[in-house]
Order: sequence, then C-alpha cells, then structure tokens
Amino acid sequence: MAVLTRPAGTRPEPGAPDAQPPERAPGGLVRQGMFWLFLLVLTVIFIGPIVWMFLTSIKTNPEATAVPPTLLPSSPTFAAYEGLLRLDGAYPVLRWFLNSLLAATLHMALVLAVASTAAYALARLHFRGRGVLFVVIVSTLFVPGFVFLIPNYLIIDRLGWLDTVWALAVPGAAGAFGVFFLRQFFAMLPAELEEAALIDGANQWQIFTRVVLPNSKPALATLAVLSFLSNWNDFVWPIYVLFSPERLTLPAGLRLLQGAYTTDYPVIMAGAFVASVPVLILFLFTQRYVIEGVSRSGLKG
Amino acid sequence: MAPFLVIFATFVLAPAVLGIWMSLHDWDFMLPSRPFVGLDNYLALFDSSSAVFEMFWHGMRATAIFTVASVPFLVAIPLALAIVLNRRFPGRTVFRAVFFMPYVLGVAVVGLLFRFMLDPNIGIVNGLLGTSIPWITAQPWAWISLVAMTVWWTLGFNTIIYLAGLQDIPRELYDAAKVDGASAWQQFRHVTLPGLRTVQLFVVTITILASANMFGQALLVTNGGPGDSTRTALIVMLAEGLESFRMGSAAAMSYLLAIFLGIVSIIQVLAMRERRPRWRS
Repeated sequence: MAVLTRPAGTRPEPGAPDAQPPERAPGGLVRQGMFWLFLLVLTVIFIGPIVWMFLTSIKTNPEATAVPPTLLPSSPTFAAYEGLLRLDGAYPVLRWFLNSLLAATLHMALVLAVASTAAYALARLHFRGRGVLFVVIVSTLFVPGFVFLIPNYLIIDRLGWLDTVWALAVPGAAGAFGVFFLRQFFAMLPAELEEAALIDGANQWQIFTRVVLPNSKPALATLAVLSFLSNWNDFVWPIYVLFSPERLTLPAGLRLLQGAYTTDYPVIMAGAFVASVPVLILFLFTQRYVIEGVSRSGLKG
Repeated sequence: MAPFLVIFATFVLAPAVLGIWMSLHDWDFMLPSRPFVGLDNYLALFDSSSAVFEMFWHGMRATAIFTVASVPFLVAIPLALAIVLNRRFPGRTVFRAVFFMPYVLGVAVVGLLFRFMLDPNIGIVNGLLGTSIPWITAQPWAWISLVAMTVWWTLGFNTIIYLAGLQDIPRELYDAAKVDGASAWQQFRHVTLPGLRTVQLFVVTITILASANMFGQALLVTNGGPGDSTRTALIVMLAEGLESFRMGSAAAMSYLLAIFLGIVSIIQVLAMRERRPRWRS
C-alpha cells in the first residue's frame, strides 16, 4: 500500500524559515490529493482574476466582450497599451505612472527619515514627556483615518499644496504605525552595541546613523515597502486633492479612464494592469519583508 | 524627533482638533463667514426633518450592512486558511504569498477588475457559472459582490496575522491534547482558539474598522447603487465635505461615525474578555 505519510516526528530541515508549525503533514494518498486539489482551486481563485486582467488587456474589444468569453486571446494585441502609453494620447497615463512613482518614493523616504528618528528618540533618549508622547502617538492608531480627511484637506489648502505632489507624500508620513513598528525594533537591539560606540566617543547622532540604522535593515526595508505600497495604492485622498488631469496618480487616473472608456474593457484592463505591475513586482521581490511586517503588526497590536 | 513632531502636529494632531472646531461651526468652504453654531451640526444628524438626516443615516445603514455582512467572512475564512497553511508541506511559503497577493493591489485596480468580471452580460463570472445574475445592478447581489470581492482582496492580510499567532502557540499544548485523546476539533476548540485570543481581538477590531471605511469598492463597482443602497457613510461624508464643501457638517458626521466605532470596539473588547482563557502562557 502506497502511503506517503512522513515518518511521525519528522522535523523540517534545520534553518528552514518558519520551522515550527505545530500541525503534521496531511497523511494518506486520498487526503493528500484532496489537499492539493483544494490548494490548486484556491490558487486559481486568487491568481485567476489578475491573469484575466492581463488576458483581457491584450484582446480586441469585440473579443473581450464576447459571450461566451474566450479564455485566451485569438490574436493578441498590445493596441490598448499603445493607445494608453503614447505621449500624445488622450490620457497621460505615463505621466500618471511617473506621478505615482514620485509620490510613493517621496512618501517612502519621508516615512523612513521621520519615523526612524522619532522611533530612536522614543526608544533610547530620555526626555521629559516621553511616555506621554508615546501613548499619544499610539492612541492615534485607533482613530479611524476618515476623521482626518476633511480637516487635512483644509490644512493642505492653507499650505497651498492642493494639486501638488506634497499633498500626497507628506500628510501620511507621520503615521503612528511606522514609529511604533520601528520603536519596538530599536528597543530590542542589544544596548551593548550602543554602549561600545559611546565608549569609542561617538555622539548620539553617530550612534543612530552608524550603529542603530545599519542593524535595523530588515525593519527599515519592511517599513519602506509597506509605505510605498500604501501610498501607491491610495485612492480616496488623491481623487479629492488633485484636480489637474496631468497631475493625477494612477489610481485616481483609472477612475477617469473608467468614466471615459466605459465599455472599452481592454483599455481599462490595460490601465489597471499598468497600475498593478509595479506593486506586484515589488511584492514578488520583497514578499518576505511585507509578510513579516504584517505578522508583526498583529502580534504587537 | 523634530521632523516627526512637525508633521505629526500638522497632519495628525491639528486636524483632529480642527475637525472638532469645524464641526461646531457652520463651516462652508465657499463662504467667508463661518458662524459658530454649537452642536447644531450634530443635532441636525439626529433631527429627522433636517436635510442631512436621511442621507447620513442611509449611509450609516449601508456601512452597517456591509460591516455585518463582511466581518464574519473576513475573520473566519482567513482563520481556516491560516490553519491549512500552518501544516507542514512543500511550497507553503509560496501559497502564503499567493493568497496575500491581491492585497498589494489598490482598490482602484480591484474595483475596475471586478466591475468587469461581474458585468451581468459579458462578465466572466456569469460566463463561468452559466447564469445571468445581476451582480451589480440588483440587491442582494450587489452586497454579495462587494463582500466577495473584499474577501478576495483583503483576506491575505488577516491570514498572515493568524499564521503568526498560530506559530506562537506552544507545540507542547497540542502534544498534551493528543495524549489526552483530543480530536482535531477539540484541539481547535480548546487549544487553537484560546491561544489566538489576543490575535483574534486584534483581527476583529481592525476588520470592523476597515469594513466601516469601505469606500472605493462601492464607488467603482456599484457606484453607490442600485439606487443608493450601497452609498456608504464614507461616500456620504466625503460628498458632503469635499464636493458640497459643507465641511462642518461632514466633520460632525466623521466624529459621529468614529464614536460609533469606538463604542462597537469597547463592546467587543468587553464581550471577548468575558470568555475566560482556558490556559495562560
């Protein structure tokens, strides 16, 4: 009888990531088959729509709207992309792409700079009101974001930042999550490292830039990716603070496309795909950091 | 510290205070005079003869329907998936990434994609099912669609949090349960669930918050319809504040919704505290 169960008590290879799952491997050929079938079905459900978005974008419109739908395009065409990405096209999609890239990169850099210095101060420096300040920052984590939308619109207006990239990059940069996340990480770094640097005559700033930051690369990477993703994908805020068609970000621009090309699905799906590719690629390369960051947000919450 | 404090004060503390102040004034972005009106903006939301009453409570109702309909799925399905992924099998990190993948897409992308897939006439969903269900143009289908797409989109997030929680449950507890002859269900009931209490509380809380924030899906897929049945509180609030520019009234709405959410969270924390943990680590 062919039974594929592993010997009881087999341990995963040492050094494997996440090497302590409490459950044992599913046993029995039938059960194992069912298990893989289940995973396969789920994978199709989760990846399928993304693939479908791409397949539709390389179809002609009659084929994209054909009943019954065809799975693969009969004559693949990149016409939708050519129309969208050309510089003299009706909608400056390439421009939106660059706007999104600029805003998200700026936002990411700001978050890293601002959150790391604040987190270091909260973790290591002793000053009056530190405890209170930390409580205030953490408590804003529990205030729903929409409360800030309308007043922030006014503040951005006063600063003259409406319809500029600053409106996108700056307001979210003092989010409590980044500070909280980094503070917990800094607090876990061994104090001996910093003491040694102190004995060598380093000042606080040198300790921060030469000792703390280089030892915190994984946490910084996680925060960088998460802040880039959230800024790239933001939808509510950009559609209200940006007006000029050439200054929109991709998510805000997609809404325009939907209005303009209501039923030209290859074009709409091509736009959506252009907006997805950067984040999907970023995720593929950094998924370890993203997933790690998300898991930690739960445990520390 | 200083740069953080400047930004924090400008875009987090100041708006929180400014919002309260605005909500106490007849604050119209377009008008120069913004007289102090005390609690009138709040009272109007409770006065059934006022102009905003119907609109606001309709939005609150839509948000409540969506929250009640989506949270159970967004809590239960990720838990089940996390338990599956917590088994030891080759490629589990790959599957973990696969289920998380939709979450990295923006709501704009997800909205357009589902608007297309759920199209009653040419959509792939009806095409595959061989049905002609009006997914976005009739209720309750519109709610079902919005909940389903939100589950597809965000389920990976909660799954990852549960997975991290599962890996923190000491293995010895399962071994002890097995020695005592506990079935898989009993292990789940008496070891897994109690072990996930804190994580569960966190997941339920952030999921309620996220669902109450629902905006993009309803705007892009159903456009508030059919009728205005999926016009959520957030859509109403933003239209009032940033389209009609009656910001005082919109700020009052946002605080009222926040207070509701605060009350829900407190009730939930108390309710979950009632059930005593069966073991302590």
